[in-house]
Amino acid sequence: MSGLRVERAGPLATLQDAGRFGVRRLGATQGGPADLHGWAWSNHLLGNPWNTPALEVVLGNLTMVVEQDAMLAIAGADLDAHLEGTPLQPGSAFLAKEGQRLTFQSPINGIRAYLAVAGGFVAEPVLGSVACVMRDGLGGHDGFGRSLDDGARLLFTDSCAVASGGKHEQPAAERIDYRQPVSLAMVPGAQIADFTGVSLYRAFNNEWRVDDRADRMGVRLAGDVLRCQVASMISEGIALGAVQVPPDGQPIVLLNDRQTIGGYPRLGTLTPLACSRLAQCQPGQTVRLRATALSQAQQSYRAFRQQFSV
Amino acid sequence: MTSIAGISRVALGEVGIRSCDDGSGHRQYRLARHADGDDPVTLPRLENAGIDAWLVRLFETIDETNMPWLTALCRECEAAFGSALIDLVPSYTTVLIHYDPLQYDASEAKDCLLNVLNRLVPDEQAAETSFKEVPVWYDESVGPELTRLASVSGLERDDVIAIHQARDYRVFALGFAPGYAFMGRLDERLVVPRLTTPRQRVPAGSVAVAERQTAAYPSLSPGGWNLIGRTPVTLFDRHRDGFSLLQVGDRVRFVAIDRDTFVELGGDVRPVTETRTAEGA
Repeated sequence: MSGLRVERAGPLATLQDAGRFGVRRLGATQGGPADLHGWAWSNHLLGNPWNTPALEVVLGNLTMVVEQDAMLAIAGADLDAHLEGTPLQPGSAFLAKEGQRLTFQSPINGIRAYLAVAGGFVAEPVLGSVACVMRDGLGGHDGFGRSLDDGARLLFTDSCAVASGGKHEQPAAERIDYRQPVSLAMVPGAQIADFTGVSLYRAFNNEWRVDDRADRMGVRLAGDVLRCQVASMISEGIALGAVQVPPDGQPIVLLNDRQTIGGYPRLGTLTPLACSRLAQCQPGQTVRLRATALSQAQQSYRAFRQQFSV
Repeated sequence: MTSIAGISRVALGEVGIRSCDDGSGHRQYRLARHADGDDPVTLPRLENAGIDAWLVRLFETIDETNMPWLTALCRECEAAFGSALIDLVPSYTTVLIHYDPLQYDASEAKDCLLNVLNRLVPDEQAAETSFKEVPVWYDESVGPELTRLASVSGLERDDVIAIHQARDYRVFALGFAPGYAFMGRLDERLVVPRLTTPRQRVPAGSVAVAERQTAAYPSLSPGGWNLIGRTPVTLFDRHRDGFSLLQVGDRVRFVAIDRDTFVELGGDVRPVTETRTAEGA
């Protein structure tokens, strides 16, 4: 089998399926794409089913050599991707020929690009998933939770040259300009009443700056200090998108590689698509939080998933 | 379970759960303890955790006797949700239930949980069968804080070791890293805070204590707990059925072994090189 060979590894590129589920009670976190929206589109452009492994490329600076003709697709951030010198549009599928060079250079719009191949990348599932979680040492192209390094290889299936009836272009309405200001939908949580009135006003009315302490575990938001009557709690399971507020009063949105349990009070939980959107923000960008009704948030998520059902 | 005047009380030592009929046919469980003289806190409580998760809060305080309820709740949720269950996280006093929002809407998931809670009984029997012995080589070379514990507690080193093994612990939660089990409660005489400066590299198998808990590190990782020994057993193995040796709700006993036995069992005798002074003491 052959596929892509890494000539120069960027800061962070990891293989991700939808995530590792059913083992969180063992302390193994879920992983999966930080931007579910971009990941799902990269696969859908090729007709790949949900859960097909695709590559999450953060910031770029990655060069790979194509070892075998294959249908590929990119979605999510615009990292100034090129195939043998020709610019590639995010949200499109293309044929890559043996010997060509595929590069992701630097962020133009968003920070996480997704690269999919028809039939998916081949990797051995670990604890039921190929999702690469570096802090757990699980999954990824090598099974041990490592990001791509120089010389690493990503393998294709035999059907890699044939896209099976997917859309070959992402509709304009589904493309996101990640540079625009955004309000992130959050379902209020159980401790929301423990925050002071002033803090609640601030939380939903003031802007939050995406801090440079942001990774696949979580994104710290900087702004006015939020005060909660509860300083800490007995550790409990934390959902994706939980907006926890440690004693310094600066919220942290917990993402895919978060610890499975934790004990800070939470304002609520961002919707999966709000997490996706936040994961594409550059440090320094501003965001707002907006409360959303549970039923409405669930409906939007179902509508999002409906697009990818075959 | 006994029933007195329509109220059945499930005795669980200090923390009890009372179940009573509220007239609507729905039974409610109440913690038999009041929080700071306020109104009694109604438990269990369902708390929203986003579009695809509910947190069930069963208890307000940490106690070994919580665990048979939490493991029973996990098992019953698996049966009730079936393929709509994505994941479960039991932890000390709560269980996070992550369900498939394409199969259940939030109110359906809530109803399903209320049904499960209405007929929940603790999992005493299963807890008795999940008993694990963990061999430990207690030694300063692999457990540099043995000395710290002795000096803080005013006990002899050998007494520290004896006290650590003297009781069975219950696994409250797994977290921090795959297979890392938070166990308690530790004897009050051995209570010491975490190290002020965590180690960058705690070797796999290190047995540690902090506050009223004890744990063993499944793999090389950073860590701020006080190291007192090392186990030769593999705590987390991706090829083993169930992956983690220790599971939430397990009863665990540490058993002292000598250096030779430790080596025979495959233990790594290389000492902890990264020393820490007793800054937090």
